[in-house]
Amino acid sequence: MTAIASSINAFRGVASSVPDATRPVETAAQSRLEVASKKIEVEKLHAFFGTAEVLKGIDLPIYSTKVTAIIGPSGCGKSTFVRCINRMHEVTRNARTTGRVLLDGRDIYARNVDAVTVRRRVGMVFQKPNPFPTMNIRDNVLAGLRLNGLSTRDGETIVEQSLSRVALWDEVKDNLGRSGASLSGGQQQRLCIARCLALEPEVILMDEPCSALDPIATARVEALINELRERYTIVIVTHNMQQAARVADFTAFFYMGELVEHDQTKVIFTRPGNQRTEDYITGRFG
Amino acid sequence: MASLHTDQKYEKELQRLRDRVVIMGGSVEDMLDGALRAFAARDADLARAVIERDRGVDQLEIEIDERCLQVLARRQPVASDLRFITTALKIVTDLERTGDLAANICKRVIELKQLAPAEFELPIGRMGAVAQGMLRNAIGAFIKRDAPRAARVMARDESVDDAYAELFPTLLQHTSGDQESLTRSQALQSVGRYIERIADHATNIGEMVVFMVDGEDVRHASLRPDNATAH
Amino acid sequence: MEDASYMRRKLVDHAVRGACFIAALLAVVPLFSVLYYVASKGAGGLNLAFFTELPKPVGEEGGGMANALVGTLELVGLACLFAMPLGVLAGIYLAEFRESKLATVVRFSADVMSGVPSITIGIFVYTLVVLSTGHFSALAGGIALALIMLPTVTRTTEELLKLVPEELREAGLGLGVAKWRVTMRVMVRTALPGIATGVMLAIARVAGETAPLLFTAFNNRFWGGALDEPIASLPVQIYTYAVSPYEDWHRQAWAAALVLVTMVLVLNVTARVLVRHRVRAR
Repeated sequence: MTAIASSINAFRGVASSVPDATRPVETAAQSRLEVASKKIEVEKLHAFFGTAEVLKGIDLPIYSTKVTAIIGPSGCGKSTFVRCINRMHEVTRNARTTGRVLLDGRDIYARNVDAVTVRRRVGMVFQKPNPFPTMNIRDNVLAGLRLNGLSTRDGETIVEQSLSRVALWDEVKDNLGRSGASLSGGQQQRLCIARCLALEPEVILMDEPCSALDPIATARVEALINELRERYTIVIVTHNMQQAARVADFTAFFYMGELVEHDQTKVIFTRPGNQRTEDYITGRFG
Repeated sequence: MASLHTDQKYEKELQRLRDRVVIMGGSVEDMLDGALRAFAARDADLARAVIERDRGVDQLEIEIDERCLQVLARRQPVASDLRFITTALKIVTDLERTGDLAANICKRVIELKQLAPAEFELPIGRMGAVAQGMLRNAIGAFIKRDAPRAARVMARDESVDDAYAELFPTLLQHTSGDQESLTRSQALQSVGRYIERIADHATNIGEMVVFMVDGEDVRHASLRPDNATAH
Repeated sequence: MEDASYMRRKLVDHAVRGACFIAALLAVVPLFSVLYYVASKGAGGLNLAFFTELPKPVGEEGGGMANALVGTLELVGLACLFAMPLGVLAGIYLAEFRESKLATVVRFSADVMSGVPSITIGIFVYTLVVLSTGHFSALAGGIALALIMLPTVTRTTEELLKLVPEELREAGLGLGVAKWRVTMRVMVRTALPGIATGVMLAIARVAGETAPLLFTAFNNRFWGGALDEPIASLPVQIYTYAVSPYEDWHRQAWAAALVLVTMVLVLNVTARVLVRHRVRAR
């Protein structure tokens, strides 16, 4: 981190750490890291499917231009958690939430906030690469703009920029008219990330983005995450703990709908503070 | 350790690794015990027997290193497992050096075999006993994952250092001009240095055990900032 | 021992395989004999006049079925006009709001309706449209055919939309696209070739319907362009000519049958090709 950037972050940190008695207890990471600014603050977030409560009061800060990994066993609510951050959770039938998710200090669940607008600022990459099969590569990149009825006058520039940013441009520049489905799994996933980037989001949520990819494709996506972190705030859900250890600055461990521990990744993977975290990451689980 | 690994093979690998470290620790303890007894009794045969054992300790070091390497490569251990592996890797070096030093003591014993122990040598024996205790406690702390016990080992290092500092003037007092006296003093001085180093290695082991158990790095306190910083 | 059981298994295998082969062969025999029979009987009646001229008065040789051909196209066109938008939109509703009460009711009704004999639908439209307007009409025929198409189009649309992976919906919503836009421009767009196939099969089915048209569109010996006039159609014309005592009319009925079968066949094949094309694009 350059001196200028760190001083800016320090300034932001001061601005956002005004004492507030109603604040929930700070997580370990917060107390260790007062200098980074918070892009998102999740407060007392509960999520439900019908009557089943899948998130039981999560308080978690997500730091700006950092990678936060969410780990935990299947069914711990980690996917639901990220889907709450861009209001995708409510798309499912009978799904609802309570609590607040502050994006740059504003609650995305406030009455006058449109979920569609939130999703443009908080992009999402899914477990299974899902390019639109009826569109070619170029149109897939521009899909977010086109489907939203936005102008694609700079289409060619946007396509080249977005594909370059995911290191796919050189591989597909001569075949932009080909179907997105003709690409390999890893390329498809990078195409989906490019599609997300074309909308210029501020936050990128990734829900197990590599679980359908081979190790080489996984390494490429991880390298990409490493580059994207300079401009974007990233939250990645992963089953692969080594992946969290490799790419994340912060790691949060979820268990049965609760946040067990949140700290810097280097702390979580060398000396976690909680026995359940320890048991999970060392493979001593039930 | 609260619970076992879900993967029983992994659990066994770690268990076996721990066993090898314990065996190596036991061997080194035996070597030191033999060396100190040989020194006190000027028993050259015992000394030679101790020197013989050093090969076995060296072999254990190689084996343990290999096992650690395999676990690192194939299991990607994290948290307490990772701390255990790194601790094993480091204390194995300390144990191997301790074995070498015990062998060195024995070599000096063989040199000294014609010269009966003298009254003024007694502080060396006492240093030896303290260092031996430190080593035993350090290894015991490793086996039992007992951080307080390991911390007590570290606290005793200073007394050995002090005793070693006093050894030199004492030896100087009892050194006359003849060759024999000179040889003896030189050998005794070396034995004292070896013991002092053994205490240092025991201290290192203690520090690693504290790290292994609590996850806290207690070495070189002055080098670390009070708060961890982000990147 | 082992050899004996092996031989027996092999024998049974061959026997079963042979039986299946023969059954399959027998199953296509009617289809091909119908095609062959219709072709051989109908080919003789086909000439330019058949496609361009109106029927001659009773007893006169020659003439054609131009009015019935156009009439069938018009009736099918009308049916599509009514059934397609309604059926596709209803299908979208069923797929999007799967568990709503209305969807359950609509789905059940559609299934029941597709089982109703077409003559019943003819009588229904006769009562509703023909009696209330006082005369047979192309409009009534179109409505009858539309009612037959509707459940097929609705359910096909629903089923094909359900086949579109939910991941695509999520992808669209995740890009901040409004729900209705995702439905129309992602889900329906992806299912479109399949929906087109379903619609084509439905058309193929109603193109050959005779019974409901007898009560609704009736028949017309002349060009019946207007919606409120009776209109000729191939199936009804075939029926009328086939039961007549005139040899020339019988000949023309066979020719009409050949044209009708060819139309249905072309629609079917086109539909299959569309499906195969879609599968290959995957």
